Amino acid sequence: MTHRRTVLGGMLGLALAASTSGYALAQEAVKIGLILPMTGPFASTGKQIDAAVKLFLAREGAVHGGRKLEVILKDDAGNADATRRLAQELVVNDKVAVLAGFGLTPLAMATAQIATQAKVPEIVMAAATASITEASPYIVRTSFTLPQASEPMADWAAKNGIRKVFTVVTDYGPGIDAETSFAGRFKQAGGTVESVRVPLRNPDFAPFLQRVSEAKPDALFVFVPSGVGAQFMKQFVERGLDKAGVKLIGPGDVVDDDILEGIGDVALGTITTHHYSAAHDSPANKEFVAAFQKANAGMRPNFMAVGGYDGMKLVAKALEATKGDSSGDKLIAAMKGASWESVRGPVKIDPETRDIIQNIYVRKTQKVGSELHNVEFETIKDVKDPVKARK
Amino acid sequence: MRAETFESRVRQALHAGRRWHPAEIAFWCLAFAAFLLFPSQLLLLNEIAILALFALSLDLILGYAGIVSLGHAAFLGTGAYAAGLFAKHVGGDPLAGLAAGMAAAGLLGLVTSPLVLRGTDLTRLMITLGVALILYELANSLGWLTGGADGLQGVVMGPVLGLFDFDIFGRTAYLYSLCVLFTLFLVARRVVHSPFGLSLRAIRDNPLRASASGVPNARRLAAAYTIAATYAGAAGALLAQTTQFVSLDVLDFHRSADLMLVLIIGGAGYLYGGLIGAIAFKLLQDAIATFTPQYWMFWIGLFLVLFVLGGREIIHGGVKAVAGRLAGIGRGAAR
Repeated sequence: MTHRRTVLGGMLGLALAASTSGYALAQEAVKIGLILPMTGPFASTGKQIDAAVKLFLAREGAVHGGRKLEVILKDDAGNADATRRLAQELVVNDKVAVLAGFGLTPLAMATAQIATQAKVPEIVMAAATASITEASPYIVRTSFTLPQASEPMADWAAKNGIRKVFTVVTDYGPGIDAETSFAGRFKQAGGTVESVRVPLRNPDFAPFLQRVSEAKPDALFVFVPSGVGAQFMKQFVERGLDKAGVKLIGPGDVVDDDILEGIGDVALGTITTHHYSAAHDSPANKEFVAAFQKANAGMRPNFMAVGGYDGMKLVAKALEATKGDSSGDKLIAAMKGASWESVRGPVKIDPETRDIIQNIYVRKTQKVGSELHNVEFETIKDVKDPVKARK
Repeated sequence: MRAETFESRVRQALHAGRRWHPAEIAFWCLAFAAFLLFPSQLLLLNEIAILALFALSLDLILGYAGIVSLGHAAFLGTGAYAAGLFAKHVGGDPLAGLAAGMAAAGLLGLVTSPLVLRGTDLTRLMITLGVALILYELANSLGWLTGGADGLQGVVMGPVLGLFDFDIFGRTAYLYSLCVLFTLFLVARRVVHSPFGLSLRAIRDNPLRASASGVPNARRLAAAYTIAATYAGAAGALLAQTTQFVSLDVLDFHRSADLMLVLIIGGAGYLYGGLIGAIAFKLLQDAIATFTPQYWMFWIGLFLVLFVLGGREIIHGGVKAVAGRLAGIGRGAAR
């Protein structure tokens, strides 16, 4: 009898403790510090991710694992020291449980130390240099890596009769990643590659494109950061390279969905490999695109938006797994190996590298109705980041 | 007899500037008290202290020697990269790194000073701008040394004086930056009130007359320019050490342009101009950016236009009135 009573009492006590702690947790929101370039040359990235994060909260609700998600948006204008200071302030003053955003590689790298020191997960929603996730054990990525997208491009080019390629990439982490991974893979397949690099800030492509037109390659492999593609395409046409029969290939950044309509018909026929296209053929994606456009005056979601949306999804999933415990180590543990059906297709966080495993699609830019779209015609399943996979 | 009284009056006038005004003491007490008053804002305070030092540097050449510059970021960047590289390859001692940053920037100032001494204000603007642009591109293309557009990674700082570690809350950072600022401010204060500083002002006001009365214009200006460069280098070194990261941004044009704005807000030609300007500029920027992360640049632009059009006297008048009142209190207390 007494035994039974103590057991009952214990259970009651436990239940009470669980419910009160649950109550306390539900009371306190989980703060997410979202640092994005909302102004400056990379503002389009910030705009897309910000819109996607808002859409996530609107569509999938703000409460996950019994805790409310609260997003604090900060603008770093694409300057790494501002990102770092904002991250530090968010951790120290606002006590955020998660840092997210990071439009460019230097911005994500500058924050790595803060994430490690404060044991706060850093969700990289955009920046795509392969090595970022190695900078801190608290970094998880929901965008993609440049080698992940570039190596399939090399395979496709080698298979489709392209022998001589000229690469033009932006001279910073991701550009160098794209160039080396493409060139390495393409040379293995027996092709020849010539390379030039263009500065990140205020790029003028004309002199580089002049060299391309003199070299007369079969194809021009190009990587520019999201948003800069329009400028590149304009100069590509001005140099008459489209008429000279140079095929344009690359990871999908240059024909970014956000600016594709602005680029216009010159983009037709561009072959790219990427993890997301707004034209991805699945019911989930159609709904996502429609909802995104409805909420943002017709703006088309690009791969940045998807990185932002899935970043929020990952935080929500992790919180559900930890039942609302928002301590950094628990969240990171829950994020490792998490998998879900994203609007881009199935995705999984690699438990070893904390990088994303996803399908890469080969796409061709063509007209769908009256709109330009990157239409997927080949799928390479479950691609890991090749750089870290080789290690 | 008359000559003597005249001389003593001149001496008195010159000494008046050297004496510590009660408002000045209050200013520095507040700056140090801010450490305790705003424990959650230390990171911002640290940035303000660094910007203030940077503005002090420009004030030395613009306000006192009359040299306009649109490329002061060149020295900030040189100091930052020198201190960052020093920490990465030589050792993590902050004070040694600070010395390295100051030395590198000072050397650059000395080397480029002959360029700046030629020509008029307009050519000076172009030359200083050009020097900064060259350095920016150099830092961008020397990726193996500076990390290029990815920034200088792996800067790890040791504790200050072997005792105080840099913490995530910015406690050490702010006190360290503030102490450096205060020390260099004291030096600057001594310099501008010395015969050397007076000769600079003479050159600024009338170079012909200054050289006629035996002031070696070129050498004095070169010395002032070098000192200012050293100060900017110190600001850069502090920036690199307290953020433990250096990006190309430290050499960017907007750094120089912002600095001009800081001096316009605070007023050039007196040592506190840069400091007050830095406080106003940073607080304003922070407040507006928190309020509207997307459109803060618009508001700050609008504010600056209005400010330059007519609001400047209001702030200066206000500062003077407050200073006057504080002085009154100080005097009252002394009695």
